[in-house]
Amino acid sequence: MPFNLFYQFFTGSVRQVLRGNLLYWAWLLFLLALIASGAWAYAGQIERGLGVTSMRDQVSWGFYIGNFTFLVGVAAAAVVLVIPAYIYKWGPIREIAIFGELLAVSAIVMCLLFVSVDIGRPDRFWHLFPPYGKLNFPSSLLAWDVLVLNLYGLINFVVVTHLVYSGFVGKHYKTWFVYPLVLFSVPAAVSIHTVTAFLYNGLAARPYWNASILAPQFLASAFCSGPAILLILLQLIRKFTAFQIKDEAIWKIAELMAYAMFLNLFFHGSEIYKEYYSDTEHLLYTRYYFDGLHGHTTLVPFAWSAVSLNIVAFLLFIVPKTRRNWVTMNLGCLACYAGVYIEKGIGLIIPGLTPDALGEVYEYSPSWTELQVSAGIFAVGFLVFTLMLKVAVPIALGQFVLTPRRGA
Amino acid sequence: MRTDLISRRLFLSSVAKATVAATGGAALASCLSQHLTELPRETLLARLSELKAELKAKHGKDATVSDKGPMPDVVFGYALDLSRCVGCRRCVYACVEENNQSRDPQIHWIRVQQMDKRKGVDFAHADPYYQPEKVPEEGHFYVPVACQQCENPPCVKVCPVQATWREQDGIVVIDYDWCIGCRYCMAACPYGARHFNWSEPALPSEAFNATTHYLGNRPRPKGVVEKCTFCIQRTREGRYPACVEVCPVGSRKFGNLLDPKSEIRYIIENKRVLVLKAELNTLPKFFYFYGT
Repeated sequence: MPFNLFYQFFTGSVRQVLRGNLLYWAWLLFLLALIASGAWAYAGQIERGLGVTSMRDQVSWGFYIGNFTFLVGVAAAAVVLVIPAYIYKWGPIREIAIFGELLAVSAIVMCLLFVSVDIGRPDRFWHLFPPYGKLNFPSSLLAWDVLVLNLYGLINFVVVTHLVYSGFVGKHYKTWFVYPLVLFSVPAAVSIHTVTAFLYNGLAARPYWNASILAPQFLASAFCSGPAILLILLQLIRKFTAFQIKDEAIWKIAELMAYAMFLNLFFHGSEIYKEYYSDTEHLLYTRYYFDGLHGHTTLVPFAWSAVSLNIVAFLLFIVPKTRRNWVTMNLGCLACYAGVYIEKGIGLIIPGLTPDALGEVYEYSPSWTELQVSAGIFAVGFLVFTLMLKVAVPIALGQFVLTPRRGA
Repeated sequence: MRTDLISRRLFLSSVAKATVAATGGAALASCLSQHLTELPRETLLARLSELKAELKAKHGKDATVSDKGPMPDVVFGYALDLSRCVGCRRCVYACVEENNQSRDPQIHWIRVQQMDKRKGVDFAHADPYYQPEKVPEEGHFYVPVACQQCENPPCVKVCPVQATWREQDGIVVIDYDWCIGCRYCMAACPYGARHFNWSEPALPSEAFNATTHYLGNRPRPKGVVEKCTFCIQRTREGRYPACVEVCPVGSRKFGNLLDPKSEIRYIIENKRVLVLKAELNTLPKFFYFYGT
């Protein structure tokens, strides 16, 4: 009976998750400590209000929404693996595509958490869900985002669950079921990042965001940051488990990242050229980010670090020799991750709102509460990813399969 | 129906919710949105008396919470004479007293920008924190900015839950019971007109103005957005907004845009008028003019 099988799958998974060496438990403990600290800080925020963050009327979105935007990119990046794996049937990547999907699920979980901690009345989240709520669709891009993010998260969750479960019962996954979903996940991945970019892009009140290059640039940077995390994770998986991951797969991803980073830099360059050469009053925001305004220079070091890190990453990945050298490749991954993280987490939201609509410069930098809550959410994401891997990897290796208890 | 405020409004109280769940089952419940535009009159009235009881318990005053809808054939417009305004900020504080804003942290719906006469209306060089001994200062003029009550309001467009909308008389309102506090409207507003309750608003009982409107100056909870409503609790009763009454130099004018004989129409038709950020096509109903 399928239900019985699924029950065995479930209890077996719980047993898998509860089995591990000292390092595994230390890692889990570390994540749980971060989650506890984040939950504690969030409880304080609920109690006292969002005033415990550094956000104010002038800069009304900050670190939470920056992280959200960055992680939408990470989630979208699963397609970097899905396209070569399922559409071009490229073997070496096909075996590891599932890790991209698992990463997408974890990233979506973090995205939803970051939006949740940012809203002033989380007790009213049901106002978004008809029939009791009133989702302002299609007028509000936030309504679109709610739909596409949940849909994309769900597709990936269903696909990986089916893949893993099929592995567990020892059958090949159902092609008729997986293929359409995977094919659909490709435009869905593009859509989550496009919709998120449009969310900012559509606001004429904020000239820094009101540039049509925003969505293409979002996609390009997503295809750098997501794979950067994946490459490091794949090496860790290879090191800590018996799972075989071919060098070719890793090098191919690194090569794709070089092209994506080129586009990212090119799109940024185009926007910066337009702003500085036309030199209108809209230049203020770009100047606040790169030069500072009236002595307010908090973001300037971040701006130049992001540009430098992105250029370094591009050079390391475009040269075949350095992308095949493990040291330089991992440095490239770190540079890429850090560059895009600064660019999205800090360089997108804050300069978009500084100076504010009436010209005031309020210098925002996240408060301890924001950092603590954000660290907690990242820990939740890593925990989800770790636990899913703990089930998926042994199944892929054939170590955790249906026990022939019923005379199989 | 935009014309009838009474027929809109309010989501079910928890009691009513439970009743629906218990008696009506899923089928009935599924046709009942709890958004106030689709709620029955009784539910609204129940909520209004609930609010009055809450205010009585909290501030010890018998408050009124009006739900008066727009008047027929009225669209409100506002005009501010830039050549008269002296930047005294009396409007700012009269607004706070009238509209029950938080005193700690202070929330101001009007922001007066001091500008340089040589630069003209230029927000990049404006100073909202001017503190001279005496105003007006030589070489400067003053631009008070509050909600511009746009005909094409970007804030309304972006709200994910339709917690804010433009009423028939042109006032853009917020349902503080429905706002989820996502602050997307604040990002979308080109005039910095929307303000968020970052913490529990502190309103001393002796300062509480007990004549309130559900969509206007009733005290707001923590975690929601608020803004100028042209003093909806006054103007729908035929009175002037508090800022118009208090202005010592008579730079603030208010009236019905649909009335050809109104002062506001005279100003628009005969004076040099401008709106802020006209290129954004928000179509404000707040006009600035040079009276002299």
